[in-house]
Amino acid sequence: MNQPASAYFIEDRHDPNETHTLSVLVQNEPGVLARVIGLFSGRGYNIESLTVSETEAQKHLSRITIVTTGTPMVIEQIKHQLDRMIPVYRVVDMTQTKRSIERELAMVKVRGQGEHRVEALRLADAFRARVIDATTESFVFEITGNTDKINQYIDLMRPLGLVEVSRTGVAAIGRGPEGM
Amino acid sequence: MTDKSHDPNQMTGAAMIVRALIDHGVTDIFGYPGGAVLPIYDEIFQQSEVQHILVRHEQGAGHAAEGYARSTGKPGVALVTSGPGATNMVTPLTDALMDSIPLVCISGQVPTHLIGNDAFQECDTVGITRPCTKHNWLVRDVNDLAKVLHEAFYVATTGRPGPVLVDVPKDVQFATGTYHPPRKSDVHRSYAPRVKGDATQIRKAVSLLANAKRPVIYSGGGVINSGPEATKLLRELVEVTGFPITSTLMGLGAYPASGKNWLGMLGMHGTYEANMTMHDCDVMLCVGARFDDRITGRVDAFSPGSKKIHIDIDPSSINKNIRVDVPIIGDCGNILGDILQVFKAESKKPDIKAWWQQIAQWRARNSLYYRKSNDVILPQHAIQSLFEATRGRDTYITTEVGQHQMWAAQFYGFEEPHRWMTSGGLGTMGYGLPAAVGVQVAHPDSLVIDIAGDASVQMTIQEMSTAVQYELPIKIFILNNQYMGMVRQWQQLLHGNRLSHSYSEALPDFVKLAEAYGGVGIQVHKPSDLDGAIQEMISVKRPVLFDCRVAALENCFPMIPSGKAHNEMLLPEQANDEATAKAFAGGKALV
Ligand SMILES: Cc1ncc(C[n+]2csc(CCOP(=O)(O)OP(=O)(O)O)c2C)c(N)n1
Ligand SMILES: [Mg+2]
Repeated sequence: MNQPASAYFIEDRHDPNETHTLSVLVQNEPGVLARVIGLFSGRGYNIESLTVSETEAQKHLSRITIVTTGTPMVIEQIKHQLDRMIPVYRVVDMTQTKRSIERELAMVKVRGQGEHRVEALRLADAFRARVIDATTESFVFEITGNTDKINQYIDLMRPLGLVEVSRTGVAAIGRGPEGM
Repeated sequence: MTDKSHDPNQMTGAAMIVRALIDHGVTDIFGYPGGAVLPIYDEIFQQSEVQHILVRHEQGAGHAAEGYARSTGKPGVALVTSGPGATNMVTPLTDALMDSIPLVCISGQVPTHLIGNDAFQECDTVGITRPCTKHNWLVRDVNDLAKVLHEAFYVATTGRPGPVLVDVPKDVQFATGTYHPPRKSDVHRSYAPRVKGDATQIRKAVSLLANAKRPVIYSGGGVINSGPEATKLLRELVEVTGFPITSTLMGLGAYPASGKNWLGMLGMHGTYEANMTMHDCDVMLCVGARFDDRITGRVDAFSPGSKKIHIDIDPSSINKNIRVDVPIIGDCGNILGDILQVFKAESKKPDIKAWWQQIAQWRARNSLYYRKSNDVILPQHAIQSLFEATRGRDTYITTEVGQHQMWAAQFYGFEEPHRWMTSGGLGTMGYGLPAAVGVQVAHPDSLVIDIAGDASVQMTIQEMSTAVQYELPIKIFILNNQYMGMVRQWQQLLHGNRLSHSYSEALPDFVKLAEAYGGVGIQVHKPSDLDGAIQEMISVKRPVLFDCRVAALENCFPMIPSGKAHNEMLLPEQANDEATAKAFAGGKALV
């Protein structure tokens, strides 16, 4: 194809994409989540997963966990862009610290009878998933774990009559005695 | 219980707004009334400490506040009503965000109980302006108002400056609450911009500078934003090191154009010597600039052999476009001071005679050359004449956007900071005229000139009326080429000379237009009449529309063409059809 001309040149960056989990401590005030999400959409960053909840009510602090992908330069940008927002206290790259625990919770609905039902229960046991709702033709399983484990579980449920999944997204925390 | 009726800090939200303005030293604001700000206008009416300048369009208020801010170093303030008043502010807010201009916008909002009801003149102002402000607030309780207003001023003016907006519902303006003067605790604890540079990084920078063979200083708008001290230190650094210096469009005036180390502006329409120096340097010191695409050209060929030092107050500017070797985060005034101190203590002036000889060769290419004519005024010549006529005077220049803007940057020599107001990041046509209004309000006795284009000037021409009302003798110097010249230039270079909608059809008679507004109109066609007409313009103490008819088809060179590097500039003498076609061969993506 004819390479279009322009007044400047967009560099084709060939750096490989990385996935990072960021913990962001923010002032819990109206619009703060919209600011964070707007930053990602406005600058074309990816959000793979996002969770948010107030964590310290008296201090009006919320913790946002974002899983994002990008080249190392883009990830660096994302952290700086988050950090310079007025209500943001701290941004910690949990992936970079290599000392973090990540968990998400999923509820997985499976519909089926006979052998499929038995197999679903057996696998649930192996994955430490709990049955939290049951009918004669369905189960809802609750499973916690890291993203890979949950993906794997869902894949296994698919041929056994997977109906739907609801996931919380990733929450992350650092190992050891210190807070972020 | 204390008797609140005698407490002087008990007042309405509307009164708090005026009071906060006074407490922050604001003497002039730019605004336009409407239903949702009537209580504030009522307060304004009953006092005389804050002068309100009535514009003719809210965009004008925003740009006027920007011009005011950039020419004074103080924050600019705009006041607008809800709905359309607020949406008309989106352009100036975005402009101020891109160019780091401290702006405080106060907008009215429908009463809190109507928010979300699609009420008359309701819009989601904080939602709309979230991406175009440094921060914004919707105040739902009158007792939060004082704190928010003080925080707004603080956020706008500290760190990397920028625009903020405070949205105040009408019932909050009417409600009575407690005001307090500005205090430290008004600010988010999470907001603490770093101002002091890291000492280790400063040492690394000095060691690079001291051992440089082919150094260059590349400075930007951050130096001007940092204040007079930064400018002084930058000049001293150039003196002490003997290094060549170039600057972005936004940074013009920090180092004087008459200074012997000055290379001229760099970037797409920068000088050959500035761009070649950037390309071939071995050490680059970037101060308060952000490696914008108009500066770098092709990024993978940008200054390939250099070690780069980058001073910026905003960490997100570091490694955004160009990877640097020594980032130093903090206020450039502070950091330049530290660098100078270490440099003076440990190093002596590096010997860069050979480098200067090389630069002299590039300079000799005379990249700003243009062919003068006795029959028609060349736009470059018009700017030079304007510069000569205003030299040594107390002059401020604003511009619109287009070729005239680039010629102004190339041919008007700025000796001091804060004298040059142009829309750099956003490139907003219609910026210059209202910005001139704002500058003239701040500097009533100075000469304020908007270097304009025939198309741009029509975008905010209504502010002529503001200038006439407040007796602001701004000069609108239109380089009238009867084209959207910059658009036409790109169409010629990149789109096979198909001049789609870039001709200024049905132009108004600018002389009559000036007179219709109550201003003065001047028109010149002949080069021999130009100097006299400029003198006349300067001596008239009223707003002037100066219709300077210039060569219609002149294009702006030198230029870094499509996807090219700094060392592949197209110079004016090469810009014949064939060379141009070759330089721009290909298609036409991007901007
Ligand atoms: C608000 C806005 N709309 C469109 C543009 C795109 N644009 C850039 S320069 C230009 C033409 C400007 O023409 P004029 O003011 O006559 O200046 P000249 O280039 O002729 O000196 C246009 C349309 C812009 N920068 N701003
Ligand atoms: Mg024009």
